[in-house]
Amino acid sequence: MSNFREDGPGYPVTEATRVDKVSPRSRFFKSLRAIIVVIIAVIMLIPVIVMAMTAFKPRATIVSSPPKILFKPTLEGFVFLLTDRAIIAQSRLADYKEAASQGDLNLFERIALQGGQEITGTSDYVSRLKNSLIIAGLSTIFSVVLGLFAAYAFSRYDVLGKDDLLFFILSTRMLPAVVVTIPLFLMYRQLSLNDTHVGMILLYTVFNLSLAVWLLKGFIDEIPLEYEEAALVDGYSRWQTFYKIVLPQSITGIAATTVFCLIFAWNEYAFALMLTSEKARTAPPSIATMLGSGGLEWSAIAAGSLGFLIPVVIIVFALRNYLLRGVTFGAVRK
Amino acid sequence: MAEIELKQVEKKFGDLHAVKPLDLKINDGEFIVLLGPSGCGKTTTLRMISGLETVTGGIILLDGKNITWLHPSERNIAFVFQLYALYPHLSVRQNIAFPLQAEGESRDVINQRVDEVVDLLRIRHLLNARPGKLSGGDQQRVALARALVRRPKAFLMDEPLGALDADFRESMRAEIKQLHIDQNATSIYVTHDQVEAMAMGDRIVVMSEAVIQQVGSPDEVYYKPANLFVANFIGSPGMNLVHGNYSDGELIMPGMDNRYSIPEDWQQALSEELDGSKELIIGFRPESAHLSQDGNLTGTVYAVDLHGAYTMLHINMNENDIVHIRADRMVKYALGEKVRFNLDPEMVRFFNPKTESAIRRREVVQ
Repeated sequence: MSNFREDGPGYPVTEATRVDKVSPRSRFFKSLRAIIVVIIAVIMLIPVIVMAMTAFKPRATIVSSPPKILFKPTLEGFVFLLTDRAIIAQSRLADYKEAASQGDLNLFERIALQGGQEITGTSDYVSRLKNSLIIAGLSTIFSVVLGLFAAYAFSRYDVLGKDDLLFFILSTRMLPAVVVTIPLFLMYRQLSLNDTHVGMILLYTVFNLSLAVWLLKGFIDEIPLEYEEAALVDGYSRWQTFYKIVLPQSITGIAATTVFCLIFAWNEYAFALMLTSEKARTAPPSIATMLGSGGLEWSAIAAGSLGFLIPVVIIVFALRNYLLRGVTFGAVRK
Repeated sequence: MAEIELKQVEKKFGDLHAVKPLDLKINDGEFIVLLGPSGCGKTTTLRMISGLETVTGGIILLDGKNITWLHPSERNIAFVFQLYALYPHLSVRQNIAFPLQAEGESRDVINQRVDEVVDLLRIRHLLNARPGKLSGGDQQRVALARALVRRPKAFLMDEPLGALDADFRESMRAEIKQLHIDQNATSIYVTHDQVEAMAMGDRIVVMSEAVIQQVGSPDEVYYKPANLFVANFIGSPGMNLVHGNYSDGELIMPGMDNRYSIPEDWQQALSEELDGSKELIIGFRPESAHLSQDGNLTGTVYAVDLHGAYTMLHINMNENDIVHIRADRMVKYALGEKVRFNLDPEMVRFFNPKTESAIRRREVVQ
């Protein structure tokens, strides 16, 4: 009995667990583990936090050393990021101040005015963000849809040379992007796909397709064949069986695959830098270019990066319930 | 309901002959059990009838119509799977309604038919549950409901009770049999459990090594097995099979002075069949042997199994020739004790060791 007092958990155990998991020692390690995880998470979040803070800092405080933790937030960075501006001539400055006091100017215009500038239009970044949305969004949809069909075929049918094909599909992932860009660049120039949306969507779709096929095949393999057979004898065609049984059953896999494809297409840098210049340029290379051109608008860069993060965060957040199960790659049943 | 006929139906998986050409006719309203050890081709046969497996050769007729190459969805045959195969993303009600939706029935008809079938199977209280939350028995009831609801021409069941607990299996067995009697639907039931087959089948098709060994009523396969395989496979334990030498109306069995005078009505058939050869196998069920002081066969008690209602004795007639005999539960036997027993002359069967098939008497009147 005395032993029990010393080594036992000291409370009645009412959940299913192993003896060594409730000993006081293991509980100590459990809390220690939790603390370490929190510390690591905070360390990993520091760049994001600094970025978010920088995006809202007034220009004067950005480069101050030591960095200011407390500051008056401003949208200056976003204004610089999203608009083209020109310095207002001395003669017209008074008119502007007049308009501002009467409330004729919108928020962005007022902020620009503080720096003595007027807004002349939207910046390139806006159209590049739009390009990113179109290219990443469509290529993700295409790779997931095509990947789902391909994965179903690989999982359920005797495809001639199945193993070889699956290996070939994966081979597009075996080289670093930079190695492939030169031949791609030459090819695209011949086909006039350089700097086009179609070209980039095609490229990202092909690149993501291998990932999509492999991921989704794992999920579809996990769905027992009997469900489909039952639906077949219940009077459904192959195609009906696919969307009535297989599709709802693989929703977890589809969600996980979507996120992975989206993150790749959204963040892709090397191809975008080489194969786009103006019309189809996406956000990642343009953020990088901002670093190099003219004076360093740190707050604009930070605002750009922050805005760039948001769509992915929203999608991942929306799909998080599926993802928790999905990222185990179907290894855990139910 | 329907009549199903298989003509020379066979299946090969590459070089493996999963089902050798077989003929089988299943009558309207009949409950047929395909029985055999695993890998004997019984499930493949069932899947070929449903269309979930293609045939390598032969044709399948449903009500005289050739359905060999018809899509599974066009056969109007229901299939009940061993692991139920209930759609996990649908509720019980949606699961049962699923086949009716395929037929494009109106909502009223669907609701009415679902109502009927849930009452029949007493699962009304489960309608809104998800299949994953149900017990094995309830899941199987839902699976049966899903099969029944569309009023198919035939029911195919692939070991539907195989995944249930033993005591529950017995009540579900009766339930399925009762359903069959109510609905009078042509049913084909696959199992490896001979007790289940005996209890449920109007006729039993015993399969082994891709071949039908015998087709017959439970009585027939039990008392008149067509060959050594059936004799051994049916019954637990199976039929006692003892090698002996035949001469002058007597069978000389292993052991000290174990001579058995063969009933007269067998003698002619035996001498014709053996055609000069002496080797013969005698078969008798454990309950067809009776221990008695003046029995003409002897052996020693090798093991005693208490079954409650009776006692199963393992009797060693000679080295490695052990027979099972059913004995009174009240009498105690010591290991090594010498016992004598008789065989019921009506119940003995004989097999030709060369062909392994049973030897038939002519014009048996019983």
